[in-house]
Amino acid sequence: MLNTVALVLLFPLIGTIINGLIGKNLRKETVGCIACGAIGLSFLVSIVVFFGLLRFPPDARLFEKTLFSWIESGSFKAAFALQVDPLSSLMILIVTGVGFLIHIYSIGYMHNDKGYHRYFCYMNLFTFSMLLLVLSNNFLLMFIGWEAVGLCSYLLIGFWFEKKSASNAAKKAFVVNRVGDFGFALGIMLIFLTFHTIDFTEVFSSVSNEGFHAGSFTITLITLLLFMGATGKSAQIPLYTWLPDAMEGPTPVSALIHAATMVTAGVYMIARCNVLYVLSPFTMTVVASIGAATALFAATIGLVQNDIKRVLAYSTISQLGYMFLACGVGAFTAGIFHLMTHAFFKALLFLGSGSVIHALSGEQDMRKMGGLRHQIPITYKTFLIGTVAIAGIPPFAGFFSKDEILLESLTRGNFIYWSIASLAALFTAFYMFRLLFMTFHGKSRVDHHAAEHLHESPKNMTLPLTILAGLSFVGGFLGIPGASAINNFLAPVFSSHIHTEMSGIHTGSQHGEGHPYLMMVISTAIAIAGISLAYQMYIKKPDLPKRLSERFHIFYKLLLNKYYIDEIYDVLFVNTTKKGSVLLWKYIDAGMIDGSVNGIARLVGWFSNVFRLLQTGYVRNYAFYIVVGCIFIIVLTILGK
Amino acid sequence: MTFNILSILPILVLAGFGMIVLLVDVLSSRKLGGKNFLAYISLIGIITAAILTKNSTSTTLFSFSETIIIDNYSLFFNFIFLLSTGLIIMISHSYIKREEINYGEYYALILFSTIGMMLMASGADLLNIYIGLEVMSISIYILTGFKRSKLISNEASLKYFLLGAFATGFLLFGISIIYGTTGTINLNQIACFIAEKGGKSDPLMLMGMGLIIIGLGFKVASVPFHAWVPDVYEGAPTAVTAFMSVGPKAAGFAVFLRIFLTAFGSIHYEWQKIIYILAILTMTTGNIIAIAQVNIKRMLAYSSIAHAGYLLIALVADNNMGVSGTLFYVLSYTFMNIGAFAIVIILSQKGDEFIQINDYAGLGLKHPLLAIAMSIFMLSMAGVPPTAGFVGKFYIFSAAIKSGYIGLAIIGVINAVISVYYYLRIMVIMYMKEPSREFSPLTISPLIIAAIVISVIGTLQLGIFPSKVMEMAQQSILILK
Repeated sequence: MLNTVALVLLFPLIGTIINGLIGKNLRKETVGCIACGAIGLSFLVSIVVFFGLLRFPPDARLFEKTLFSWIESGSFKAAFALQVDPLSSLMILIVTGVGFLIHIYSIGYMHNDKGYHRYFCYMNLFTFSMLLLVLSNNFLLMFIGWEAVGLCSYLLIGFWFEKKSASNAAKKAFVVNRVGDFGFALGIMLIFLTFHTIDFTEVFSSVSNEGFHAGSFTITLITLLLFMGATGKSAQIPLYTWLPDAMEGPTPVSALIHAATMVTAGVYMIARCNVLYVLSPFTMTVVASIGAATALFAATIGLVQNDIKRVLAYSTISQLGYMFLACGVGAFTAGIFHLMTHAFFKALLFLGSGSVIHALSGEQDMRKMGGLRHQIPITYKTFLIGTVAIAGIPPFAGFFSKDEILLESLTRGNFIYWSIASLAALFTAFYMFRLLFMTFHGKSRVDHHAAEHLHESPKNMTLPLTILAGLSFVGGFLGIPGASAINNFLAPVFSSHIHTEMSGIHTGSQHGEGHPYLMMVISTAIAIAGISLAYQMYIKKPDLPKRLSERFHIFYKLLLNKYYIDEIYDVLFVNTTKKGSVLLWKYIDAGMIDGSVNGIARLVGWFSNVFRLLQTGYVRNYAFYIVVGCIFIIVLTILGK
Repeated sequence: MTFNILSILPILVLAGFGMIVLLVDVLSSRKLGGKNFLAYISLIGIITAAILTKNSTSTTLFSFSETIIIDNYSLFFNFIFLLSTGLIIMISHSYIKREEINYGEYYALILFSTIGMMLMASGADLLNIYIGLEVMSISIYILTGFKRSKLISNEASLKYFLLGAFATGFLLFGISIIYGTTGTINLNQIACFIAEKGGKSDPLMLMGMGLIIIGLGFKVASVPFHAWVPDVYEGAPTAVTAFMSVGPKAAGFAVFLRIFLTAFGSIHYEWQKIIYILAILTMTTGNIIAIAQVNIKRMLAYSSIAHAGYLLIALVADNNMGVSGTLFYVLSYTFMNIGAFAIVIILSQKGDEFIQINDYAGLGLKHPLLAIAMSIFMLSMAGVPPTAGFVGKFYIFSAAIKSGYIGLAIIGVINAVISVYYYLRIMVIMYMKEPSREFSPLTISPLIIAAIVISVIGTLQLGIFPSKVMEMAQQSILILK
């Protein structure tokens, strides 16, 4: 059963090829069927693979399949090989499952777009790349998937490339990601230099065999470089700025980027390399601190944004921060668990916001919404479930995963992590319900033009919403404290290594001392506090936000403008780089390099024109050349001794 | 002293098919239709011969009183000849109809010429090699002037014939001197004779060797015996140009390597310096003059001179890697060169119009698939991975380095860089220039498309997965010394 794993990759690839090559000539229904069918089949195979893996005892759940040997040069070997273990099998289920629902939704959402086949071609390629990333068994192949994901995000964010803002956002996403990729690539090279292999299994086993001790400088450097890659792809401080702009793409693309693919890559990579990370307490501290800081920082920005998708974008950054915080304190299972539940409810929220935007003929500003709950009831109900889930109200999915992270950040980390994360949780509950109230409750502020066309979305859009709502409700039960299915399932990946004692960081999963039930009560209380605050401000006293923003004008401005980080980056990096590159271009490249290259070329060209004159067209001259050659050769043979 | 007729069965089969072609041509009605079969009959002949070649014995075998040698080396070369001839027939089919030179002799001459090449590769003595060379050359002299109503074709044919006869004179003179000094024309016996002398060589014999270099240098278009190439390539019907740029050149190298690595193998220091200088001259002249060309056939002519220069490097290297590299290079050159000529044929119009390089402007938009195929061939000729040309150059330069000729390898690489200019210029013109003319409807036949597809696949296959063919080439090296 596990041998079928290559099919998981094959189906989306076939879909990409068909829609890319002949999609233009196919009917829209066919294009949609091919794309959804490809991901659907891929999902079915993923299920088969998953259950195939379950048949093995937990310790033996590692299966590698080499499709072909790809590069062999000296001691460097990179195979095109796939790896199935609990972590990757869970990831492919999330990617294909959530991806499939987003594809179905897209059929309805994109049905009027003229780039229909192009859209589905990219979407399939995106899914393929992400699957390659999570299934590869070595760093290089993972890097290929990593880069391909970046490429697809570029193509999809800039899908409406006629819009200047969209093509700019695409460029920004690509360039910012390159910065992280640079670190990742360096990390891979350093891994090869250190371990002489890039195969996951070999690298991780040689770490324990060759006795790298905790805090080793090389390991710290490697893990920091890899983490640099993760900050780019998973939108963490300081490389998060591309993600809010990425909503320029079609809304289902945002759902795909934020939920199933792309941004989870960084978390996955760190979880995959947990053996390396636990050996470097310093990197772990960096990861946890950046995660916690990002969680809070992005949440504060989310408090005041008015664009419905922008709020969700910052909430994604903030939630990713939680995942990194979990990884940073060694609770990898909690990180992956949150990744999964987040995939459910964030896909739901984005698709739901898409449904709202669809209903309002493209309006994204929440100040022009309100009171929509009666007009689009299904969207409202599902959106409500998603909001409750992310806010962390039991028994919805987000509660369990977030609660576990909060608990772990206290028991394995320290009080500071916990308090930052809790504050961020308070903000999360607040801004999510602010979004809900502004959009669906209160008086309608919809302008009459859009109001005329107000309608609930078609079946193929509401059905994925309903399914995702169901998952957002039940998804958390996989990780109930004390009887956590996901914990036991992932345990072989995260706790089979011995070094935990030495590094002083626990990778296992004991709950024990932290009074889990007390913590549950506290985090529920925090969520409820956030919700009631939002209720007070946006339902009870709708004029309060305005008064507050006038009162704390500076803070409000600061938050609304996202701490001016984009502007600071522009001044510090973008403009200086531009100026520097203009200098390099004008003087070094155009002057020196082009000058010398063109000079040589001109010289060769001159010779060329001189020598061609030898080609007179007269046989006598040609015969003469032969005679000259003859004399030359005879002289060389006889006299040249 | 065996007369094993089976050992030359592929050659005999091909000869038989050549005559069948002539007979069918005479017997078939003058109306259209009859001649269409000729190409297919020839192809069947080629395929039959190829199957027989493939099934031939792999151990070294002498026959006809040690005048014919059948070994892996000759089989590999024979396979290349058959492949190139097959591709040429495929690209000729529609071309000679368009040019109104659809006479049955065309295919017969091509088959006879191929027989000559196969004889050359299997020749174990100088006279047999000479006979093969003449059979090949005389057929091509006629083919060059096949467009008999065109002045330029006649001129090319006459030039080729005159200079060819001149060069053959040197070759024959060289052979007779060798016979006079060593008393034999058999390659192995010449080697034995030289070995007995213990390295001290007779100046007269060395002169004979030098004259052989001239004769063969003419056939492979080595500078300064190359001057016929541009004029003849330009004047000949394009399909014939494609034919003579691959097969005869490969045959010339087959003989070059066989004579100099077996007969004169023990006195390599005597000829290496000559070939060394010829290699540099040939590469550099070919590449530099190619830059200034505006006619694509002339450009490809100079490019073929340059490729001969790279192959001479392998001869200088004088090691197993050089020989297997030559085999690999010639095979990849077959694919990329015939592919490029096939595209020239498709795009040109009756009377060989539109063969200026500027006529390719805008091709990338108008005929994207043809432009992609042409780009692949050009990249391969320039030696850019992942194409066959890259791997071939890699092996040849590595062979030179292995034998210590680092300077020669560097000059080769510099030349490869120069060549990038004129190969890439075609791509630049195809994709980045506005079309200067209307593209009239193309004469596309399934056969020529098949030839292009085979060439593209071959070029990429050898470039991406070279190991399989390279392994075969390594088993086909000359059993030296």
